[in-house]
Amino acid sequence: MLEVQKLQLTLNGNSIINGLDLHVDKGEIHGILGENGTGKTTIANLIMGTNNYKPTAGRIIFEGQDIAGLSISQRAQKGITLAWQEPARVEGLTVRDYLALSSHNGQSDQIERYLWTVGLEPAQYLDRDIDTTLSGGERKRIELASVLAMRPKLAILDEPDSGIDIVALPLLLNGIIEMNKQGSSVLLITHSERVTEISHRVSILCAGAIIRTGVPAETSQWFKDNCRTCLHINEPEH
Amino acid sequence: MSQSTEVNLVGYTVEKEYQGMIDAYEKAGGDKRALQTKDVAKLVVHQNRVLSSDGVKGIKIETEETESGVKVNLTVEEGAKIARPIHLCFGLLPKEGLQEIIMKVDAQDNSQVSVIAHCIFPNAVKVIHKMDADIEIGNNARFDYKETHYHGESGGIEVIPKAKVRVGKGGVWQSTFALSQGMVGKLDYDFEVFCQEKAVAELTVKAYGKGNDDIKVWEKIHLNGAGARGLAKTRLVLSNKAKAEVKGETYGNAPYARGHVDCIELVNGTEAVARAIPIVSVTDGRAKVTHEAAIGSIDRKQVETLMARGLDEDKAVDVIVKGILR
Repeated sequence: MLEVQKLQLTLNGNSIINGLDLHVDKGEIHGILGENGTGKTTIANLIMGTNNYKPTAGRIIFEGQDIAGLSISQRAQKGITLAWQEPARVEGLTVRDYLALSSHNGQSDQIERYLWTVGLEPAQYLDRDIDTTLSGGERKRIELASVLAMRPKLAILDEPDSGIDIVALPLLLNGIIEMNKQGSSVLLITHSERVTEISHRVSILCAGAIIRTGVPAETSQWFKDNCRTCLHINEPEH
Repeated sequence: MSQSTEVNLVGYTVEKEYQGMIDAYEKAGGDKRALQTKDVAKLVVHQNRVLSSDGVKGIKIETEETESGVKVNLTVEEGAKIARPIHLCFGLLPKEGLQEIIMKVDAQDNSQVSVIAHCIFPNAVKVIHKMDADIEIGNNARFDYKETHYHGESGGIEVIPKAKVRVGKGGVWQSTFALSQGMVGKLDYDFEVFCQEKAVAELTVKAYGKGNDDIKVWEKIHLNGAGARGLAKTRLVLSNKAKAEVKGETYGNAPYARGHVDCIELVNGTEAVARAIPIVSVTDGRAKVTHEAAIGSIDRKQVETLMARGLDEDKAVDVIVKGILR
């Protein structure tokens, strides 16, 4: 479904992404595990076309088409979406409006179901603005609900667990599994081994390149043994 | 002053004007049933002609036609709690003209009412609409006032709403002025509120400036009684060559008075100009008045968030602007 080939991004003379290769199958939850500063969010931006990032070299192939030249909206209309690590807040836009904008059919009962899926009671949230009155965790879960409502072919989730407390985390992971069951492939970007347990495969990112891909248990253990204790960020030695 | 409590349609011209106003209101997105329902207090004025004036129990509306507009006395009787909003509809259908509304409001002690004013100028090319209001809110009374404008696309209109509002002990004044449909033209908004002990004043102005629109907003709140509270809030979005200047003033003159000035102006493009001048003043050491003003472009991340859900860029900006001005 998604094939990233020899992707490079250089910004202000700094090489951020270094010949990254990545393959996500249809129906797959693919975890990207990496420490801070390894390029996780940059990959999300490059695939979605956000933050004005354009590859210096390489290709991003989605369902057989190179999408690097497409706008964000065009990529979304092809079925790709992104849930940000720090989702935007929009004054005057209610949770109901936001989910309806994302929704395939805008049916309120579906919208309510998506809120329940991420552990939020619709009656308490539907008429609230997605502004600063929501906590970080609430906003993250609403972001996930909006991705559920969109039913994308590929959902890129950037650090979906950040700001989520330990009680809400299982609900959030359940929401991602639900998303996958309803047909979405998921690129799950995180620095948490716990979160990647729900993945089918996990890739480890180091200094803008994938250095290892495998099943979650083994790959996460390798990450824990090698990356958690490693101080380098910009010069992969593996 | 003559009091009228029934729909007053005399002669073809008046009837035609009335229908024209109703149609224009509906075209602008309003629900005309609100202006046609019997048990709702309402007033419909076209230029200087009173087309309809209905009171309900607890509400007295007196009108007097003048050469350039209408004088209106609105009384909410002591203790009256009006269940359904009063609808005021002012407008001018021709391309040119002047409409001056001189309004006196007396919301007596312990009364409660909500007023929705619709100001309709769909064809304005050279129109002036002035409102001069003198408003008295009694002790423990509550008055919600929402004024929404529907303008045409030529921008040939000058809107000059001015009000002095005195809020009695424990009283509440809440007003929202919204001008986001059609061109603003020239707006010179000037509201000043004086709050007694434990009174509350909230002023909100929302406008979308386009073309060569020229917007001036001046909100002043005097917190003169102990424990009085005030909020002066402005939300403006400016595109093309529109310009705006917002002055938000709040004075904390009494113990435990609390006030806040909150102004956000979004500039879309490179030619629009926005200014914000907050003034906060405290003359009692136990009062507290704060302000925040932000002027900037439409947040790129907000736009990209909506684009990532499939909206094109123009639609995404539109959703954000409508949200700010909602």
